[in-house]
Amino acid sequence: MTDKVDSNRDNFQPHSASVAVTGSALRDWFVREVLPLEAALTQFLRHNWRNKSDIPDLVQEVYARVYDAARKEMPETARAFVFATAHNLLIDRVRREKIVQFEAVSELDTLAIAADEPTPDRSAIARDELRRLQIALDRLPPRTREVVTMRRIDGLSRAEIAQRLGITEVTVKWHLNEGLRALADDLYGEAAALRNKS
Amino acid sequence: MSAAEIQSRAADFVNQRRDSGQWSPDDQSALDAWLSESPEHVVAYWRLDAAWERTQRLAALRPSKPDRTGGAIWRNVLRFSAAALVIAAGTGAAFYFTRPSAPEARQFATEVGARKTIKLPDGSEIELNTNTVLRIAPGPNPRMAWLEKGEAYFRIQHDSAHPFVVMAQGRRVVDLGTEFLMRAEPKRLEVALVAGRAQLDSPNDPTQEPAVLTPGDVAIATANAINVTSKSAKALSDEISWRQGLLVFKYTTLEDAASEFNRYNRKKIIITDPNVASLTIVGTFPSNDVTAFTDAAQAIFGLKIENRHGEIAIKR
Repeated sequence: MTDKVDSNRDNFQPHSASVAVTGSALRDWFVREVLPLEAALTQFLRHNWRNKSDIPDLVQEVYARVYDAARKEMPETARAFVFATAHNLLIDRVRREKIVQFEAVSELDTLAIAADEPTPDRSAIARDELRRLQIALDRLPPRTREVVTMRRIDGLSRAEIAQRLGITEVTVKWHLNEGLRALADDLYGEAAALRNKS
Repeated sequence: MSAAEIQSRAADFVNQRRDSGQWSPDDQSALDAWLSESPEHVVAYWRLDAAWERTQRLAALRPSKPDRTGGAIWRNVLRFSAAALVIAAGTGAAFYFTRPSAPEARQFATEVGARKTIKLPDGSEIELNTNTVLRIAPGPNPRMAWLEKGEAYFRIQHDSAHPFVVMAQGRRVVDLGTEFLMRAEPKRLEVALVAGRAQLDSPNDPTQEPAVLTPGDVAIATANAINVTSKSAKALSDEISWRQGLLVFKYTTLEDAASEFNRYNRKKIIITDPNVASLTIVGTFPSNDVTAFTDAAQAIFGLKIENRHGEIAIKR
């Protein structure tokens, strides 16, 4: 565990420009290539794992494994690599838990199908970005939406928002944090996967 | 920690760093320490930070504030210049085109960092970017403007009988049903066509061929040449993102990004180290938020930010 910590530090407290560029290149790659796969990845995991409440932890672990591997060597195609990682993770979990999830094991064959799904056209995503954001915003719980709108669209300060809504700044902060989490889920992951399904 | 707990913590860091306006070296150390604890923390942070960047575009939903005084001014211009208009119309277009600028023209200007929308009586709209001076011909239905300096986005109601004409640096852009962007810098004029068609020519130099621009075309006119290149719709829309108060960088060098920020802000960013100047970034920033930019330079490249009197230095 300790050597892990040390190697991380190299990436995040860079002392030379070249190391820093590597860190930022990795982040850029992760944001550009891996995060957009989250909806498909979530769908794949839901399909192959019985306990749905494990899904967010599984997604996170796939990401962590992808990140660890990519730090050593950047995979050529993110999509194939992410799904292979997810596949291996599920196998590890099945072994570790010693619960034979027949369903899971048999349906892991669907990997090939899931991994072959066409990647959505990036330019179409870019065009629709603002509309998607607006929809995601509309889906937030009312109070959270109100706070996020006041901060991010109207540009009010946290103090002003607290005053207008008669809540504390700590509560404003809580809404902003919850709002960001929900927007990220909507833009990248689980919510998008559920939407595609219906 | 569960994924949900990690995400809550990551969201807190992202919002605190990006959005609160309060980010101390202690906060940075706390973040660094937390990130170094596990890869799960890193990826959760990246994910929410990327989501935060994407939601920056929400600022584009901010309603733009058209220049309300514009309407009143136009009504006044209309009242006082009705007589002058008849004469101008009688002498024809050539009269206008050869004049460098009409003395009675209304002048509109923006300060550094400001934007302004001018609505013309015919429904055309002109959005002025930072540090810009535009003059518009007098009359109830002006179809001529002079971009004296800076940058403006023109959304022109087409009238084939009265093409809209913009003059800048001795060049002339004649709209043929158009949305276009013009940016006048010393010795350089850029015209980017977003929709419709326009012609760019040089009334004072008949030896230069006029250029007809179609959507995606970007014409760059220097002292004795006009070069036309083509850009994707996405690249063009990034270029006019200032209309939403945003700057979009795509593998832009820190040097170029800094000079873009410097157009919008009185507090100037200074980069002297060529190794720093040539680093490239990708991202979208509010044009008036220099701190968001310097924070990014600090967080991504581990650079030092020095706040001096009236300027900000970025160093290694």
